[in-house]
Parts: sequence; C-alpha cells; structure tokens
Amino acid sequence: MIWLVALHALVGLGILAAARYLGRWAFALGAVPMLAALGFVGRHGADVLDGGAVTETSAWVGRLDLAFDMRLDGFGLLMLLIISGIGVAVMAYGTSYFSASAANARIAGLLVLFSGSMVGLVLADNLLVLYMFWELTSITSWLLIGSDSTDARARAGALHALMVTGAGGLVMLGGLVVLGQEAGTYSLSAILADPPTGGAVGVGLALVVVGIITKSAQYPFHSWLPGAMVAPTPVSAYLHSATMVKAGIYLAARLAPAFALVGGWRPALIVIGLVTMIAGGLRALRQHDLKLLLAMGTISQLGFLLVLVGTGEPEATTAGCLLLLAHALFKAALFLVVGIVDHEAGTRDLRELAGFGPGWGPVKVVTVVAAASMAGLPPLLGFVAKESAYEAFVHEGAWGAAVIAGLVAGSALTVAYSVRFAATVLPSPPGDAPAVHAPGRWFVAPAVALAGLTVLGGLFVSTLIEPVVDAATLVLDPSADHVHLALWHGFNVPLVLSLVTYGLGILLVVGREPFARAQAALAPSFSGDDGFAATLRGLSIAAARTTRVVQSGSLPVYAAVILLTAVLVPGAALILNGSWSGWPRFAETPLQALLAAIIISAAVAASVVKRRFAAVVLLGAVGYGMGLVFVVQGAPDLALTQFAVETLSIVVFMLVLRRLPARFEQRRPAIATWLRVLVASTVAVGVFFFALISAGVQLPRTVSPGLIERSLPDAGGGNVVNVVLVDFRGLDTLGEISVLVVAGVGAVALARAGRARSTEEAGE
Amino acid sequence: MTRSPIMDTIADLVFHSAIVLSLYFLFAGHNQPGGGFVGGLVAAAAVVVYYVAGGMDEVRDLSRFRPWTILGGGLVLASLAALVPLVAGDALLQSDYVEGDLPVLGHVKLTSTLLFDSGVYAVVVGLVLMVFEGLGDEPEAEDHT
Repeated sequence: MIWLVALHALVGLGILAAARYLGRWAFALGAVPMLAALGFVGRHGADVLDGGAVTETSAWVGRLDLAFDMRLDGFGLLMLLIISGIGVAVMAYGTSYFSASAANARIAGLLVLFSGSMVGLVLADNLLVLYMFWELTSITSWLLIGSDSTDARARAGALHALMVTGAGGLVMLGGLVVLGQEAGTYSLSAILADPPTGGAVGVGLALVVVGIITKSAQYPFHSWLPGAMVAPTPVSAYLHSATMVKAGIYLAARLAPAFALVGGWRPALIVIGLVTMIAGGLRALRQHDLKLLLAMGTISQLGFLLVLVGTGEPEATTAGCLLLLAHALFKAALFLVVGIVDHEAGTRDLRELAGFGPGWGPVKVVTVVAAASMAGLPPLLGFVAKESAYEAFVHEGAWGAAVIAGLVAGSALTVAYSVRFAATVLPSPPGDAPAVHAPGRWFVAPAVALAGLTVLGGLFVSTLIEPVVDAATLVLDPSADHVHLALWHGFNVPLVLSLVTYGLGILLVVGREPFARAQAALAPSFSGDDGFAATLRGLSIAAARTTRVVQSGSLPVYAAVILLTAVLVPGAALILNGSWSGWPRFAETPLQALLAAIIISAAVAASVVKRRFAAVVLLGAVGYGMGLVFVVQGAPDLALTQFAVETLSIVVFMLVLRRLPARFEQRRPAIATWLRVLVASTVAVGVFFFALISAGVQLPRTVSPGLIERSLPDAGGGNVVNVVLVDFRGLDTLGEISVLVVAGVGAVALARAGRARSTEEAGE
Repeated sequence: MTRSPIMDTIADLVFHSAIVLSLYFLFAGHNQPGGGFVGGLVAAAAVVVYYVAGGMDEVRDLSRFRPWTILGGGLVLASLAALVPLVAGDALLQSDYVEGDLPVLGHVKLTSTLLFDSGVYAVVVGLVLMVFEGLGDEPEAEDHT
C-alpha cells in the first residue's frame, strides 16, 4: 500500500518536472496511478468485502514509535473507490477541458499528488500519519486553487482555504495527540477497538471536531469553499466536491461509533450538520453562478453527511456510506457539466445562459440524471441514500423526529436547487439566439459514465452497492447487523417523508419569487467571508499592538530589560536557595588588591566621565586589569585571549566613536538618570553576589578532573582548554562560530543600511 | 591622508611578526597556550596595525579574498572537518592524531582537530575584517557618496 502512495508521489512529481514536454499527455499519465489503485482494490476486494483487512507497516522514526501503518478495510475500500474512480474520470475529462500547456500539465501533476495524499489519508492506520496526509491534501489543494498565480482572486481563495483548513488541522493535531496519549497508542484501529475513557478524551475529541468541520466546510467555517471555486472546474469537481472535503466526513465516520456518546459529540455534530445543510441549501437558491450554486449545494450535502456519520448508530452510518458514494457520483457529474457549459458558452451565469441546442443531448441527459439523484428521485442512488437516512432516524423517538424535520427541510431545499440547476441546462435556445457550440464526445463521456453509475447503482443496489456498504458499515461499527439494501421497501414512513420532501421542494420552486424576496430581506448582512476578513484584521491589529509594546525601539529600554532579566532570574534563584556560603578571603596576595583597586577605579571613572573617548579608554583599562588578574592566577590562555579581545574591542569602539558626538548626551530628565543608576546598581550587585556564590559552591563531582585526565590520551593534546574547545565540546564551538558568522554578516548589513539611510536623508 | 614612513615601516614589521605569532598559536595550541581562537585574534590585531597605518584601502589590499569569503570559508572548513569522521564511520567531530619526528621541527604531533581549529581561526579573522568592512571607511568620505 505504501508503494501505491509512492507511485502517486513519483508520477505526480515526474509530471511536474516534465510539465513542459508532456502537454495533454500529462492527464493520461496521471490516470496511471489512479488505475493502479483501482487494480489494487480489485486484487484485494474479495478479501476485504468478506471482512478482512490488508495491513502493512514500514518503520519511519523508530525512537518515536512512529511507523507508516497502513490498513485497507471495508470503509477504506469505499473511500479508495471514490478517490481513484472519480480521479480517473476527472483525468479523462481534463484531456478535453484543458488546452495543452505546461501550466495545465502542472495541474495534472498536482492532481496526482493530491490523489496520493488522499489515498494515504484513507489508508493510514496511525493518527500522526493520517494527520500528515491530511495536511498534504490541504497543501496540494492550496496549490491547485491558486494554480493561476497571476489571478489575485485565485491567490486569495487559495490562501483562505489553506488558512482555514490548516488552522483546523493544527487544532486537530492537538486533539489527536491527546487521544493517542490517553489511549497509549497512535494506531487508529487499536484506539477504535478499545476506546480510551477519561476526562481528557472529551477535550481531544472537541479539538478533532474542529479539524473535521473546517476541512468539511461546515458552518461557521464554510466560507473557504465558495472561494475555492476560482480553481479550474475539474479541480473543483475532484477536490472540493468528491474527495478532499470528505476527509472530515471520513474521520468523523471512523470515530463516531466509538465516541458518539462521549461529551457532546453526537448533539454537536448533528446540530452543526443540520445548520450547514439548511443554510447551504438556502444560499444555493440565491446563487446565479452555476458553480457557486453547486458549491453551496456541496456545503449543504456535507452537512447532511455529517449528521449521518456523526450520529454513530449503525443505520445512520450505513446511510452515510451510501450518501458518500451517491454524492461523489452525482456531484462530480454536475461539476463536469458546469465545466462543459463554461468551456463552450464562456459563462456560468444562469441569467446569461439562454439554452442549448443540437448536440447537447448527452449533456442534458447527464444533468437530468445527476440532478434527480441529488434531489433523491427513484430509481437513482441518491434516492436509496435519502430513504435510508430517513429510515435511520424513524425509530429514535423525539430527537430522531427533530433530526428528520431538519433533514426534510434540507432535502426540500436540495430538490429546489436541483430543479434550478437543471432548468438552466435543459431548455433549447430561442430560434434567433446563436447556437452554443456542442461539446465533443470525449468531453462528455466521463460525465456520462458517472451518471450511468448513478442509475446502475440505484437499479442494482443490492448487487452492486450492498457488498461495499455492508463491509464499510461492519468495519465502522462492529455491533452493526449485515446491511440489506433495496430500491423499493414498500409503502413506509421514509417513502412518505420522501413524498413530503418532493412536495415542499415543488412548493419552493413554484413560489421561488416570493421566497427569494423573503430571503433577500431576511438574509444576514454578515457572511462567513466577512468573519474571515474580520479575523484576519483582528490578528494583524493584535500583532501590531503587541509589537509596539514588546519592540519599543528604544535602546535603553532593551538594554534594561535584558540586563534586569539576566540578573533577576538567577538572583531570585540564589535568594530562594539560600546558598550563601560566607565571605571569601579578601585577598591572597598584595598584587591582587592592587589590581582590584585599578579595576574598580577605572570602572567608576568610566561611568562618570563626560567624553565617550575617555570612557572607552577606561573600559579598556578594566579589561587589561582583568587580563593581569588572569596572569596572576595562572591562567595564561585566558589572559592571552583577554588581552587580544580587549585590544580589538577598543579598536572597534573607536571605529564607532568616529560617527558619534564626542560627549555623552546630557539633556535628559533627572528621573531617567536615576533609573539608569538603579538598573546599573542592581546589575552590579547581582553579578557581584552571583560570582561570589558560584565560586563558593562545592559540587560533589566536577567535570574538570575527568576532562584533564582524558585530554592527553583521548585527544592527544596537552592544552585542556583548547582540547575542550575543538574536541570534547567541538559541537558547541561549531555553534559559536556559526553565531560569529551571523554577527559578522549582521554588522556589515546594519552598517550599510544605516549608511544608505543617512545618504538618503542627506539627499532629501 | 598623510602617511608617516616610520609608521609604515613599523606596521610592516609588526604585521608579519604578529601573523607568524598567530600561526604559532594556531599550531601549538593543542599542547601549549594558544589555539585557533586566540590565533585568529592575534592575526586580527595585526590587521588593526595595518589599518592604523594605512586605512581601509591598505587593509583591503592585504588579501584578494573578501572578508565574507574568509568568514564563510572558515565556517565551511570547520563544518567539513566536523563531518569528515562521519564518512569514515566515526562520530561527528571525532579526532585522531599522528606523531612523528621531522627534521628541524623535531618531534611533531599532528591532530585532525587542527583543521577544525583552522576554521575557527578563519572565522575570527573574517569577523574582524567584516567589522572593518562595515565601519572602517572614513565617515567624512561616505557623506559624499
């Protein structure tokens, strides 16, 4: 299974690399790994449908116990069929939709990469591996939406999608880690087989739900999906209706049977799903762009799916699997139709489309079939799915009735916008209108195939669909009974509910004008887009304010903060530990006292002189004094370094001083002076006692004797200081010289930037 | 800028002696006081003498390598020296040494850390040259550019 993901990656990257030479062949080549995935399904299908599972594992990071655990089971098979099956259709369609160009070939490569991420996502049996593929789908989606990087709207839409799904993904990662830690394993199948309990699990699940509803475009995070519709239509058909937005549904379906009763999982998902379903349906009725109409319809159907798979009851899960399949087929077909219309007529605005004449027959048939399946008309797969959805909640008492009421309302809206869509494509043009060029045979073929599957799936539901849905349901919920599907269940409650749905839908169609007026009057003026924009604005305002406080731009403030932190933190530790070991001996030799006197008087003088030059020279005296102390104490290495550093420091100081006024600034308020004195004294006292105490501490075992012993035999060096620097602690030295390099580059850059600015100011 | 012949002569003398001293520190550092860091500082001090005598142009004429080349080259050298043992299957930065008797120099012990230390030396020299490059030009001259 890992080879399958790798094949996608290889082919995808290969197409990206050779985009210039492939032209339209890119799409044919891109279909290869998808066909391989279907072949893989064919090879293991019989096993998996019998309740078996194919597993494979490959070590990744052994120390973290992280491995590429892959597992193909019944539900994974269903998802794999959707991903690769729709993928092949979209690739076939792409050869006609796209003109031959390097940019379009790159789209094919990205589609393959996306498909591979999606395959990995549904096969992953490790939460962290799943998360990695989850983010890869977000990233490839971002690249695909923004594939036309010259279009500002495409860039904005891509960024919007990435930020919402990416942020949700990060929140989800937190939740997955909580779940993994609580369960003691990151294996998805192990967690589901033995669900962890405990307070943290609820929190983890809540975080995971954020990931689910952002990825699957649920309210209130739905607004990225309409924005993503700037992508080329095949991309929208594949990513933003059939597969990527189903990732959240996929995860919810996996987790729901085990966790539906933990915390507020079930009510939360049902309410979010219903709100999304109804609000999306209402918005779909207001769109004039056919593609946006479908996008809103997709949001609505994703809400429907979330209600079904989030409930966690076997019957609802079955209905969810059915709808997953049905929706992928009819929605992808409809998107392909929109692409054809857009491609041939040059517009997707239903007010400008005046009907389609000869040669459009196949497109119209596809539209009728797919829209009817979306509306839930027999004998199509969408009908079976909706019937079983109603059936799932009929026996659940009061809350079931409430859910059904919501589902009927949402489905009635679905009927209405299905009619609205079909009514745009079906009419023939008035006699005088110019005929729209009819699409080629191969352009329509993929859509015909998808619509054909919708019909076959409905008519032969018990032979074609039942085994797959049965295996998927049993994997998701081991407590479920075997599933039996039929097109005709007799005259029962779900059928009555379906009839009510159609009736309400027709009412909405007939009364569309007053309804539209009412919607226009009542629609909230605040959309999800506004919310997203407001969030971004708030973030940058908060960032600007934080920066203004934290980065004041005042050198004295920075210096004070750094110095006080450096002194107060260790100082507090010293006081709290009470590690005072008494005063040391004042001086061991008279020479020490003399040197100390020189150093102290030079330091005091440096802090009171008025001229900068004098201060630098006095500082140098302090430094050389320290060097002499090292000599007296018998540390020639330190002394040598100290003298060299001191010399160079004075020179560098001089270089800088040439650009500064000769005297220190004197015009500042007295309070500022006293503050400086206070900070300086605090630092001085702190450093003084820190040095005293740390010199007095007697560690039970120090490292120095060991280092000195090992220096000659191990490193062949007699100078321990140097051996430590270049050998025992060589890595530290490597880090330090890297810092030196950065400092050097920074010094030159700063000096040049300052010079450029002063010349600029001089020029003005 | 007026130049003093006395200063020039002394600068030449001091510069070369200081460079020799710095190389001595670099090579002897493993057994006696010294090492790449101190050696680099002494070499940098030698450059300072040249700067005092002749200004920035004189410093730039010292070597055809630019300061950033020396700085970056030092880091690359040290990193390579750290990585080479990995190729041989040893740990990062693992060292080894050979001993032998050479004419004139007598008993010599050569350790592989010398390469690493040379990188440190170059970085220190490069850093000081970078500072000169950034700040060493005459302030008056800049205002007219």
